[in-house]
Amino acid sequence: MADAPVLSVQNLKTSFLVDGAWKSVVRDVSFDVMPGETVAIVGESGSGKSVTSLSIMRLLHADSSRIDGKVLLNGRDLLSLTEKEMRGVRGNEVSMIFQEPMTSLNPIFTIGRQISEVLTRHKGMSKQEARAETTRLLEKVRIPNGKARFDDYPHQFSGGMRQRVMIAMALASRPKLLIADEPTTALDVTIQGQILDLIKVLQEEEGMSVLFITHDMGVVAEIADRTIVMYRGEQVEAGATEDIFLRGRHPYTRALLSAVPKLGSMANRRWPTRFPIVDATTGEAVEPEEVADTVGKGKTPILSVKNLTTRFAVRSGLFARQTGSVHAVENLSFDLFQGETLSLVGESGCGKSTTGRSIMRLVEPTDGEIYLDGYNVLQLDQIGMRNMRKSVQMIFQDPFSSLNPRMTAGASIAEPFIKHKLGTTREAREKAADLLERVGLSASMMNRYPHEFSGGQRQRIAIARALSLDPKVIVADESVSALDVSVKAQVCNLLLDLQQSLNLAFLFISHDMAVVERMSHRVAVMYLGEIVEIGPRAAVFENPQHDYTKKLIAAVPVPDPARRGIRRGLADDELKSPVRPFGYEVPSRRYREVSAGHLVQVA
Amino acid sequence: MTVVETINAAPARQKSRAWRKMRANRGALVGLGIILFFAILAAAAPLLPIPDPAATDWSALRKAPSAAHWLGTDDLGRDILSRMIWGAQASLMAGVFSVAIAVFIGVPFGLVAGYFGGWVDQVISRVTEALLAMPFLITAIALAAFLGPSLTNAMIAIGLSAMPIFVRLTRGQVLAVKTEDYVEGARSVGLGHVDIMLRYILPNVFAPIIVQATLTIATAIIAEASLSFLGLGQQPPAPSWGSMLNVAKNFLSQAPWMAMWPGVAIFLVVIGFNLLGDGLRDALDPREA
Repeated sequence: MADAPVLSVQNLKTSFLVDGAWKSVVRDVSFDVMPGETVAIVGESGSGKSVTSLSIMRLLHADSSRIDGKVLLNGRDLLSLTEKEMRGVRGNEVSMIFQEPMTSLNPIFTIGRQISEVLTRHKGMSKQEARAETTRLLEKVRIPNGKARFDDYPHQFSGGMRQRVMIAMALASRPKLLIADEPTTALDVTIQGQILDLIKVLQEEEGMSVLFITHDMGVVAEIADRTIVMYRGEQVEAGATEDIFLRGRHPYTRALLSAVPKLGSMANRRWPTRFPIVDATTGEAVEPEEVADTVGKGKTPILSVKNLTTRFAVRSGLFARQTGSVHAVENLSFDLFQGETLSLVGESGCGKSTTGRSIMRLVEPTDGEIYLDGYNVLQLDQIGMRNMRKSVQMIFQDPFSSLNPRMTAGASIAEPFIKHKLGTTREAREKAADLLERVGLSASMMNRYPHEFSGGQRQRIAIARALSLDPKVIVADESVSALDVSVKAQVCNLLLDLQQSLNLAFLFISHDMAVVERMSHRVAVMYLGEIVEIGPRAAVFENPQHDYTKKLIAAVPVPDPARRGIRRGLADDELKSPVRPFGYEVPSRRYREVSAGHLVQVA
Repeated sequence: MTVVETINAAPARQKSRAWRKMRANRGALVGLGIILFFAILAAAAPLLPIPDPAATDWSALRKAPSAAHWLGTDDLGRDILSRMIWGAQASLMAGVFSVAIAVFIGVPFGLVAGYFGGWVDQVISRVTEALLAMPFLITAIALAAFLGPSLTNAMIAIGLSAMPIFVRLTRGQVLAVKTEDYVEGARSVGLGHVDIMLRYILPNVFAPIIVQATLTIATAIIAEASLSFLGLGQQPPAPSWGSMLNVAKNFLSQAPWMAMWPGVAIFLVVIGFNLLGDGLRDALDPREA
C-alpha cells in the first residue's frame, strides 16, 4: 500500500505502578492501521487489549502508568503531546466508543445537546449549525425518527439505540480513526447484528479507519481486514483475518479458535458434542468426542412444566396502584427428561431467567403447574420445598458474585450437604473433596477463599456446590456466558461429562446460540415470555420455522472469515417490552407440529 | 498430609489466619496496646499507690503538675492522676458498653428489616427514622432522666440513642448484599432464613459496622460526660474523663492541665479503638491479603 498509515503503533509498552513496582501489562505491541481499514485486536480477559487502546488515547492515569514506544497518528507522535494538545486529538481526530452504552452517556443532558457539544467544541459550529448537523448524524446512525428525538434524554433510549447515539457522537467530528472497545458485547445478538452492520456501512460512507477491540472471534471474522491476537500482554500473532483464522501459526491462536463455538458446526451430529481441546503451547488438537445418548426418553419426565405464568405487577402513582404487569413468563409448557439438556434461548427480557427462577421458586409464579421428580412444586410448604431443593439445583451466571466471599470453597460445597443432614461434618468434607476432584480442581484447594480462584475455577466450585445434594435437575442460568472462550469450552465439557456420569438433566438457559447448539438435545426459543418454537436441536437449528428463530440465528456472528462484509439487512428496530397495561387479555396461542416434537407457534 | 487431614485442619487455620493478619498489622497492634494500657490501669486502680480520687485538699487548689501531683490538681484540690485512673473505668465502660448495646440491638433490627423487607421493614424503618429525627444527646438525656441517675443507666441511655444509626447502616448494607447471587444461591440450596442471614449476609455487611462502632465509642465517651455534667451519669464525686473535662472548661485559662489530661486520654482511646477496628475489619476479610 502506498498510503501512509493513519495509526502506527511501534513497540508500545505500558506498565502500571503496583505496590511501588512497575509491572508491564502490555509489551512490544506494534501494528499499523491503514486508511479505511478495520483492524481487530482480539484476546481474552487480561490479554491487554483494552489497555492497548487506552494507551493509544492516553486515557490511563498519568501517575500510576507509564507508556513507552511510539504512537503515530498521521505521523504525529501522540505520546509526546502535552495533555492539552491531546485533548484536541481525543474525540476529534480519534473517537472512541465503549462497551457499556447504559453508562457512557450523561443522564442529565439531552442526547442532542451531548452530540452538538462535540460539534461546537471541536468544529467551531454555531448552535444552529450544530443542531442541523446533529439531526443529520442521528439519521445517519439510523435512529428511527431521529429529528424528533433530539431533545430526548438517554433513559428514553434502549441499549442498542444508546450505542447508536454513542456512535453518532463519535462520528460528529469526522474522525480519521474510530476506536471501538467491545462496542457490542453488552448488546443482545440481534441488536449486535444491527450495530455491526451500521459500523460497516458508516465506515464505507465516511472512509474512516476502525480499530476494533473484542473477545468475540465471530465479530472479528465479520468485520476485520486484519487481526491482532493478544495473549497475556503480548502480541502473539498479526495478519490478514483469513490467515489468522485458516492458517494461524501460533498455538495460542489455534487453541483460541478451536474453543470458539461455531454456529452450524453441529450439522450431521446426533448428540451434544464436547469442544475440541487444543494445547495452548503445542497447538495439538484432540478431536471432539460425541457424548453418548443419555436421554431417558419413554420414562416419565423428571421435570414437567404446564402453563407456567409469572407476572410482576407494575405500580405507579401516589397510592402505588397496579397500572400494568410485566408478563415475564406466559403460558409456558415443556418436559425435561432424565439425562437430557433442554435449552431456553432468547434475548434479554424474554423471560428465560424468570422461567428458571420460577421452577426453583425463587420467584412465585402466578399460575401453572410444575412437577419435579414427584413433587408438585407450586403446592409445597416450607419443609417440602426444602426437600425439593435436593432434586433441583441452580448454577448462576457471574462466578464473581455467586460464591460467598467469606466462606472457603470447601465450606461452600459442604454446606448444603450438612444443612440437609445427609451426613456428618466429616462425610461432608470428604464429599466436598471428592466433588472438587470431580469438577477438575484439587481437594487441597478446599481451604481457599473464592477470591483466590479465577473465574473459571469459581464456576467449577459453584458446580461442585450444586452437585453436593446429588440433584437430578440442574438449572444453569447463563452459566458459561461470563467466561472467556477457552474457559467456556472447558466448563461446557465438564457439564457434558457430568451429564454422562451422573445422568443429570440440564435446563440450560443461555443467549448464546452457538453454545446452545453444541450442548443441547432440545431447544426452546423464547420471545416476550412465550415459547415460539421448541424441538430437537437439529430441527430448530437446521429447519427454523418461526420468524424470530430465523432472525436470531441469522444475527449470530460466525467465526468464518468468508462471511466478512456480510450484511444482514436487519430492520433497525428495538426489542419489544413485555410490559402490558392492566387488564390486558392474553391471546390464546396455537402450535403447529412441523415434525416429531418440533412445535412452532402460529398466531 | 493426606487429603482428609488437610481438610480437618481447616477451621483452625481459618481462625489463625485472622489472628496472623492481625498480628502483622502494626496499626492494629498499637491500637490494642493503647486500649489494654487504659483497661489495665482502670482495673488496677484500687491496687495502685495513688491518693483517693475524691479527697479534696484546700491547700492545693488548681496546682500545676509537680512532684507531689504528677498531673496537677483540680479546682477542689483533688489529684488529677488519681482521678484520671479511676475515671478510666467509667469512661471506657461508657464507651464500650453503650456501643455494645447499640450494636447488639441495632444490627439485628437492621438485618431483619433489610432482609425481609415489606411491612417488617416499614415498621422498623419508620420507628428508626422517628428516633433519628431526635438529636442524639437530647434522646440520651431524656432516657437517662427516665431511667434514673447512675452510670449503668447512662450507658443504657447512650446505647439506645446510638442504636438507630446501626439499624439504618445495617439495613442499607443488607439491601445491597441481598441482591448478590450467592444469597439467591443459598436460597436455592434450601437454606433457611436464619442461616442465610447469619452466614451469608451478616459477615458481608460487617466492615462498615465495625468502623461505625469504633467511631461511636468516642461519641459515647463524650455523651457520658454531658450526662455526668447534668448529674445523670457518673455520680460526683466519682470521676469520669468526661465530667473532668466538663468542669475543666471553666478554668481553661487558669488551669489548662485540668482539661488537657482527660482530653489527651479520650483522644488516645478513640485512636486506639479506630486502629483496632480497622485492623479487625481487614483481618476478618479473607479478601485482604
